[in-house]
Amino acid sequence: MSAETDPVPPPVLPSSRKLITALAAIAMISGLLVAVTYEVTAPVIKLNQQRALEQAIFKVLPAATVHANFRLEGATLSALTSERFAEANVFAGYNADQVLVGIAMEGAARGYQDVVKILYAYDPAQNGITGFTVLQSSETPGIGDKVETDAAFQENFNPLDASLNAGGDALAHEIITVKNGRKVNPWEIDGISGATITSTAIGHALNDSAQAMLPPLLANRDLLIAPHTKGEDD
Amino acid sequence: MATDPRAPETLSLATFTQGIWQENPVFVMLLGLCPVLAVTNTATNALAMGLATLFVLLCSGVLVSLLRKIIPKQVRIACYIIIIATFVTIVDYAIQAISLDLHRALGAFIQLIVVNCVILGRAESYASKNTVINAFVNALGMGVGFTFALLCLGVVREILGFGTLFGLTLFGASFQPWAVFALPPGGFFVLAGWLFLFALIRKRRAAAIPEESHVA
Repeated sequence: MSAETDPVPPPVLPSSRKLITALAAIAMISGLLVAVTYEVTAPVIKLNQQRALEQAIFKVLPAATVHANFRLEGATLSALTSERFAEANVFAGYNADQVLVGIAMEGAARGYQDVVKILYAYDPAQNGITGFTVLQSSETPGIGDKVETDAAFQENFNPLDASLNAGGDALAHEIITVKNGRKVNPWEIDGISGATITSTAIGHALNDSAQAMLPPLLANRDLLIAPHTKGEDD
Repeated sequence: MATDPRAPETLSLATFTQGIWQENPVFVMLLGLCPVLAVTNTATNALAMGLATLFVLLCSGVLVSLLRKIIPKQVRIACYIIIIATFVTIVDYAIQAISLDLHRALGAFIQLIVVNCVILGRAESYASKNTVINAFVNALGMGVGFTFALLCLGVVREILGFGTLFGLTLFGASFQPWAVFALPPGGFFVLAGWLFLFALIRKRRAAAIPEESHVA
């Protein structure tokens, strides 16, 4: 550190070529390492994603034993193979007798911290929403996560009315979250006092998604009745 | 600290233990506090973050040490960052393959290991000046010390904030979780508590050493 032990060396800069070569070599080594890791882990990661989605589907559709993936784009509903699950936005669940027991769809709305993403179940036989599970949320632990654990809140969904209007182009009644204890109609969600923002977000997510998805989905109802992809491995 | 920091160190037990105690990255050097505060809300998250950091520390330390004669001084920081980022990406893929839930819980903090100053600090001040074996042992000590510190916070925060430990329920249904400990402020409170405790122990030890030498 002192001046005597540290004679000032003449500043000799290595050539730019040397610097660039060293950087390029290291970048190539790291590129190779990353590529190898990606190749090894990609199939496992895809399997994990599929498993996580299936877990969520069977959680909201407890009566289902198999599911089929569909993609709803505009007014057209098309069946997808099980490998293309990532593109699907409609999941139909069937019981052991191949009878449609419900349809799972995704919804999202702004919560307290960030967007709350949910997967909810719609039962065409009851014209209502029978439950939901949170796919992604960063809501306050112990407060916002009550939407999944609060038994009284879950009571809203047996079922929550989501019937279409006479024209079949929108919900007959908008799904809204009301203040705790003020629920009078079957299309209202009784909110959680103390977790108002998150429970309101669930209402928004359900309403936005149901308004957009249900009219075209029910117009294509025939396509959903029988499973088109029976490729369940497990 | 007393020896010339630029001289290569001879391998000893201290090479390993200094990261755990004398130079613990969290409790002594106060480095890498971002993940320490952010992802220690449960013991599982803390352990996973600690192990991920340990892996990156080890691999980047070894590679930097291997390449220390090749890397020109002028571009060394850029080289270290590339090397560290490589192993962080590998860890990121590995965690996704192990558990998506864990990956979601750790969130952006896995990628942020790249800018964890413990790792760059080790590469710059140790691995680039020492043999591969020394760099490995030193990084192992630092990584274990970092993991230990994260676990110290994670265990306390999970027990108080959720009433569980590694996901296992510890108390009866009457236990009301102390949610603040699962939230960011809880991280600061618990860190302060541990820092106080460690400072106290170090002070006691420092006071005890001169007395012992008098006796001898």
